[in-house]
Amino acid sequence: MTLIELRGVSKTFPPTRKGGEPVHAVRDVDLSVEAGEIVGIVGYSGAGKSTLVRLVNALEPATSGQLFVDGTDLTTLGERQLQKVRLDIGMIFQQFNLLQSRTVWGNVAYPLEVAGVPKAEHQRRISDLLNFVGLADKAHAWPEELSGGQKQRVGIARALATSPKILLADEATSALDPETTVEVLRLLAKVNTELGITIVVITHEMDVVKTIADRVVVMEQGRIVEQGPVFEIFSAPREQATRRFVATLVDAVPDAVEIEGLRRTHGGRLLTLSFRDESVSQSAVFAEIIGRGVEFELVFGGIEDVRGRSFGHLTLELRGDAAAVDEAVRAVGALVETTEVA
Amino acid sequence: MDRVVELRPEFVEGLIVTLRLAAAGLFVGGAIGLAIGTALYVSRTRGIVPSRPVSVILNVLVNIMRPIPFVLILIVLQPVSRWFGISGISEGHAVVTIVFASAFGIARIVEQNLVAVDPGVLEAARAMGASRWRVVRTVLLPEACGSLILGFTYALVAIVDMTTLAGIIGVHSLGYVALTYGLRQFDWTVTAVAILIIIVIVQIGQFAGNAWARKVLRR
Ligand SMILES: Nc1ncnc2c1ncn2[C@@H]1O[C@H](COP(=O)(O)OP(=O)(O)OP(=O)(O)O)[C@@H](O)[C@H]1O
Ligand SMILES: [Mg+2]
Repeated sequence: MTLIELRGVSKTFPPTRKGGEPVHAVRDVDLSVEAGEIVGIVGYSGAGKSTLVRLVNALEPATSGQLFVDGTDLTTLGERQLQKVRLDIGMIFQQFNLLQSRTVWGNVAYPLEVAGVPKAEHQRRISDLLNFVGLADKAHAWPEELSGGQKQRVGIARALATSPKILLADEATSALDPETTVEVLRLLAKVNTELGITIVVITHEMDVVKTIADRVVVMEQGRIVEQGPVFEIFSAPREQATRRFVATLVDAVPDAVEIEGLRRTHGGRLLTLSFRDESVSQSAVFAEIIGRGVEFELVFGGIEDVRGRSFGHLTLELRGDAAAVDEAVRAVGALVETTEVA
Repeated sequence: MDRVVELRPEFVEGLIVTLRLAAAGLFVGGAIGLAIGTALYVSRTRGIVPSRPVSVILNVLVNIMRPIPFVLILIVLQPVSRWFGISGISEGHAVVTIVFASAFGIARIVEQNLVAVDPGVLEAARAMGASRWRVVRTVLLPEACGSLILGFTYALVAIVDMTTLAGIIGVHSLGYVALTYGLRQFDWTVTAVAILIIIVIVQIGQFAGNAWARKVLRR
């Protein structure tokens, strides 16, 4: 079932000063998110990621296009009805945005008050939520007494209070250290699997996408330039922007500077092998080389694992009889994608 | 010093009137100032309820009213008070003037403190389904509460100053006591005692305000 669907959605902000240009933050975006999936939205600063998710919970009205959440076109609703819709969409933020005037307990109580949940039910609901995020012992702490990771856990508990169907996470781990990031991501994965909540994560860290997303959407200048299952996009990025993002995660093909460095120490023929199909085992490929009496050495690259499926690029230096090397290159090329390093 | 003892009833009345006027300025003027300041904040271009006309009108009004010296307001507003059936040289008129002046002064203080509230928190509340009015009531004002208390405490000094000046229209504040029995009769002791009482009032207010703000801000 499609839970979120955007059809030709655009958002243009009026010029911020007189005589300035209007800002086309989101341009003609089509996107659907299925119930139960985790979608990662990546893009450089200013690509329009935050604006896109703020359209989904109608914090900003779309300039044009249609935007369906759970079957309802948000662009047809008034403010009162949108407030109801927002109860079904939780949101967490990079800066956590906890209410400083309330304790952890009070923060989680806030959305319950907004939703008009009877006071008598608060106690149980809040305890359950704090247990779920592992902060039961911090119920009466003030926000400034918490670490970043704990603050984000409160943010998550608060976002889940009204049992939403969707959770929007805008750079939710960008202010956290790597270890805490992993913990928070694990919690988000638990939100998805145990509660069945659909999650949209915005990030500029490919690691985050790799760890929890099923699907990735790449944005550039307000447009979606590429999208697909994480493994497909990571192992075979098409667009320039996507390639740059993927390169932050996997040492792909050596660039010009790296080639120069390799050349200095490696006199043999350099060949990059791209593995992405599990049906071809590395050992079968190496057997083709060894079998022809060609020596090789791994000089560059790496293999990444995305949810049990691996892909990556390995650059080999091949040495030996020129004819045998030619033969080996041809045989290997029949098994996997190869690129000759000039 | 005998004279001070002799004038005790005058001092007591002066103290009571001063406190009454200051309370009117702080609470009634404060409430109006809070409303105007909040309206100034929410109507800003990127505010919670942006409104160019409201913003322009309020800003012009506040900018015109604030720089007018209190003594002049006291005189200029006399016809207004009379129109309401209040004598222009009565305590009633002093109340009207002090409420008026403190409301506009406090409005700006309120606006400044609200601007300092993290917009992210307001956005989070909106994302949780809160209406704009609820965001103002349950997030904006509580988040600004500590600094608002400090702002009101700061305003108290100016308000006590106003009560003193109200003495010139014959309102029996401590300022009147100092003016009539101290300055005009060249009795420096009387003047000094009046000043001392005013200092004590301000100190107590300042202390209470600081303590309360510290409790709310937790620092
Ligand atoms: N309220 C606004 N008014 C005017 N322009 C805006 C507004 N919000 C965002 N923009 C502009 O829209 C564009 C997209 O901004 P957005 O915040 O969506 O980018 P982003 O991809 O989230 O970037 P980042 O990674 O830095 O958070 C930017 O050029 C930004 O300046
Ligand atoms: Mg952003």
